[in-house]
Amino acid sequence: MKRQRDTLLIVLTALSAVMMLVALYLALVGAPAADLKSETGRYAQRIIYFHIATAWVGFLAFFVTFVAGIGYLRTQERKWDIVALSSGEIGTVFMLGVLVSGSIWAKPAWGVWWVWDERLTISLIQFLIYVGYLMLRASVEDPARRARFAAVYGIVAFISVPINFIAIRLWRTQHPLIFGTEGGGLGPNMMFAFFFCLTTFTVWYVTLMWHRIRLERFRDDVEQLKQRVMG
Amino acid sequence: MTYLRKVFAIVWKDSVAELRTKEMFSAMFVFAVLVIVIFNFAFDLRVSGERVRQVAPGALWVAFAFSGVLGLNRAFILEKDRGCLEGLLLTPVDHTAIYFGKMISTVVFMLLVEALMLPVFTAFFGVNLFNLPLILIVVLGTIGFASVGTTLSAMTAQTRAREVLLPILLLPVAAPVLIAAVKATAGILDGLPMAEIAVWWRLLLAFDLLYPAVAFMTFDYVVKE
Repeated sequence: MKRQRDTLLIVLTALSAVMMLVALYLALVGAPAADLKSETGRYAQRIIYFHIATAWVGFLAFFVTFVAGIGYLRTQERKWDIVALSSGEIGTVFMLGVLVSGSIWAKPAWGVWWVWDERLTISLIQFLIYVGYLMLRASVEDPARRARFAAVYGIVAFISVPINFIAIRLWRTQHPLIFGTEGGGLGPNMMFAFFFCLTTFTVWYVTLMWHRIRLERFRDDVEQLKQRVMG
Repeated sequence: MTYLRKVFAIVWKDSVAELRTKEMFSAMFVFAVLVIVIFNFAFDLRVSGERVRQVAPGALWVAFAFSGVLGLNRAFILEKDRGCLEGLLLTPVDHTAIYFGKMISTVVFMLLVEALMLPVFTAFFGVNLFNLPLILIVVLGTIGFASVGTTLSAMTAQTRAREVLLPILLLPVAAPVLIAAVKATAGILDGLPMAEIAVWWRLLLAFDLLYPAVAFMTFDYVVKE
C-alpha cells in the first residue's frame, strides 16, 4: 500500500515536470504573439501565462488553508493542520512569484515596476497575510496551540480577502485609471496555452502538497522515534 | 448574572485597573501625538494649506491605528504577565463574554484617546474635525479595528514574539477598515454629499458586524488550554 502510494507520487512528480516543460514551450513559443506594437511588449506579454497560473495557485492554496483550518477546529486532528501548514507555505512562495512576475511584466508594459492598482494591492496584502501566518506558526511552540492559532488566523484572514478586495476596488475606482490594461486580453489561440498552464500549475500544486505533507509526516515519525529511543 | 452584565463586569475591571495606573492611556495618547508630529516632518504640512486636507485623513487614521495597536497589545499581555488570564478563564463566564468585554474596553480606551486627539489635530493643522458624521466614522472605524484586533491580540499575547507579532497580523486584515475610514473622513472634510460616501459607511458597518461574529465563533479556540 505504502509502496503503491510512493510510486503514484513519483508518477505525479514526473507528470508535472513534463507538463511544465510543455507549458514553458507553449508560453514562450507555441502561443501566438500578442497584437502589440512594441517587440518588448510582445515578449513580455508571454509571462501572463505563468503569472495568472501562479496567482490562481496562490489564492487556491489560501482557500485550502482556510478549509483545513475549519477542519482542524472541528476535529482537532493533526492531519488537518499538516494540510493547512503545507498549503500556507506553498501559497506564500507562489504569491511571491505573482508579485515578482507581475513586476517583471509591468516594467515594459506600463513603464514602472509597480502601480497601486487593485489587483496588485490585493496580491501584496495577500502575500503579507501569508507571511504573518507563517510568522505566527513559528512563534508558538506547543503544537496543539500552534495548530489552533493558525487555524483561527487562517479563517480570520481568509474572510478579510473579499472585504479587502471590495475596499481596494472602491478605493481605486475613485481615481481615474492611469494605466490601461494593454495586452491584457487573450485571443482564441492563446486560450489553449492559457488553460494548459493553469492545469499544469494546479497539478504542480497538488504534487508539491503531497511532497510537503509527506515530509511533515516523516518529521512526526522521526519525532516519535526519538522520544521512544530517548525514553 | 446575565451575559451582558458579565461583559460589563470585565469592562469595569479593565477601566478601574486603567484608572489606577493610567499607563496604557497615557502611552497611547503620547504615541498618537508623536505620530502626528512625525507626519508633520515627513510631509511638511502647513497650517490650513490645501495639502493639509489631502494628508490629514491619512495622518489621523495612522495615528489612531498605531496607538490602537499599542492598546490592543496591553489588553492581553497585561493579563498574561500577571497570571490573570487563567483566573479570568476560570470564572464562570462564557469565553465570548471575555472577548466582548476586552473589545469594549479597548474601544473605550481608543475612543478616549481619539476624543483628545481631535482637538489636538484641529489645533495643529487648522482642519475642523468636529462634526457629527466624522465622529460617527471614528466610532465605527474604532469598533472595526478593535473587533478583529482583540482576537488577534489574545493570540499574540500567548506567542513568543508577542507585541511584535500583533501589527503584522492585524494590519493586513484590518486594511479595509482603514481604507473605508480614511476615505469617509476625506469625503467629509471635502464636504462631499452623504450619498457619495455611503458606500464607505456600509463597508465599515459590514466589517463591524462580521468580525465580532467571526470572533464569537472562534474565540473559544484562542483562549482554551
